[in-house]
Amino acid sequence: MTTPDGEANREAIHAVELAARTSYGRLVALLAARSRDLSAAEDALSEAFVQALQQWPTQGVPSSPDAWLMSVARRRLLDAQRHDAVQARTLPALTHTQTELLALGSDVPNAERVLPDRRLELLFACAHPAIDVSIRTPLMLQAALGLEAVDIAGVFLTAPATMAQRLVRAKRKIRDAGVPLERPSPEELPARLEAVLEAIYAAFGTGWDAADGSDVLRADLADEAIFLARVVVDALPGEPEAAGLLSLMLYCQSRKAARRSDDGAYVPLSMQRVTDWNTAMIADAESLLLAAARVGRPGRFQLEAAIQSAHIARARSQRQGDRDNGVAIVALYDGLLQFAPTVGALVGRAAAIGEAYGAAAGLQAADEMAGLVDASVLHVYQPWWALRAHLLQRLAHKDASLTHDARTARVRAAGLTQDAAVRAYLLRED
Amino acid sequence: MQYAIIVYETPAELAAREDPARAGSYWAAYTAYSNALVQAGVAAGGAGLQSPSMATTVRLRGGTRQVQDGPFADTKELLGGIFMINVADLDAALEWAARCPAATTGSVEVRPMLPPPPNV
Repeated sequence: MTTPDGEANREAIHAVELAARTSYGRLVALLAARSRDLSAAEDALSEAFVQALQQWPTQGVPSSPDAWLMSVARRRLLDAQRHDAVQARTLPALTHTQTELLALGSDVPNAERVLPDRRLELLFACAHPAIDVSIRTPLMLQAALGLEAVDIAGVFLTAPATMAQRLVRAKRKIRDAGVPLERPSPEELPARLEAVLEAIYAAFGTGWDAADGSDVLRADLADEAIFLARVVVDALPGEPEAAGLLSLMLYCQSRKAARRSDDGAYVPLSMQRVTDWNTAMIADAESLLLAAARVGRPGRFQLEAAIQSAHIARARSQRQGDRDNGVAIVALYDGLLQFAPTVGALVGRAAAIGEAYGAAAGLQAADEMAGLVDASVLHVYQPWWALRAHLLQRLAHKDASLTHDARTARVRAAGLTQDAAVRAYLLRED
Repeated sequence: MQYAIIVYETPAELAAREDPARAGSYWAAYTAYSNALVQAGVAAGGAGLQSPSMATTVRLRGGTRQVQDGPFADTKELLGGIFMINVADLDAALEWAARCPAATTGSVEVRPMLPPPPNV
């Protein structure tokens, strides 16, 4: 039975949810712009959301939900700071807040007023050099998207209490150390932007299929990461690396559905149905990468996106043995290693060598990694074992004495994966 | 630090041990996991347990001994075994817990181990 009240209630709840999803970061960024107090801004905003849930069902959804939420949150912020100021018997905080509110404009919600977007400034604060690298991504996810500490903890495999504590500490640092919620100066911008992009990419997880059975897609916040990258690209359209990152993530995400069969089994890149790929996403990625390349400032993310593009072109042309394309992918990895000599890139390069120059050359490149990467890292790096298993298996077709090594590597890769589908694929009976 | 990785399995998962169609992949997954622990140099012991249907539970209450067939209580997740590991910190322990096959279907508890009691 649907009563008019029930209808209005549902509509109001939907409006609150929509605002929470689309405007959360925008509002936090504005509320904390001057005070740099993210915790206070988040608290005030969540009180505004609670009030919206109480009032919108009976009084109707305001014509500009964002302006309404902003106005309520600002009042809450002011109340809280007035309370603090009285308790501390210091007036500067109060005066500061009033100046801030004046700067933000009228307290009366104006339906037509478009709120300024300061989310990029917020992201720059979250990835500030004063903030520990390991907490930058969680901080962004909470401040700009409103994710709960417990959910963030799950993604990064951290105890929830520890994650909550680290977030609180990082926010306190932004406030007390005076980390600005501002765009850096043009001289600082490249380095600071790199930190922002890296933090966004960390939410996405490493996204390429280095080899059959490699488990590299760990963080499952792909949509959130793409959303944040779009915020950066929209605010800084001329920055090729921002476009490169967004392009890279769109390429990876375009193949998401193809990575699993209908019954949930793992499907390696070489076996994926090209028709399962999201062509709109690929087109978006291509045009972003093209525009970025025209700027003439190559970088890590553009190269990773270019590698994805080359893989897709190769699979599309159905020419698996296309030597030219394979060699080009190796060259792209060589370029990538100049910018980002990561374990993942080294494994990807060895896989590309295996495709372009044969399994023996690929295996040699994989084994040579032992001289470049600390053994304690390499020996628990699942994609490395998956790649070795794949290459040894190919070699074992001609040299049966390698069958045992291939199997050992495959079991090792299976023991290190966190993904049940990948595990089942690696432990399949041949 | 030493941590216990305590493996809780669903009844369906435990039944795989006795199911000819599923036993192969079940044991292969745990063999791969425990090999990975050993080869990474973090394994510090552990034990697999037989099915809870093999359990007998003893309680002493008010001088009376109570002996019961089966595990202490009916739960949706049953203790399947325990791995002891030696790693740098909790983050590393959680990483290994996530690799445990039961993490997908049941749950895996990570607990720091107590130091051994002093010799008396």
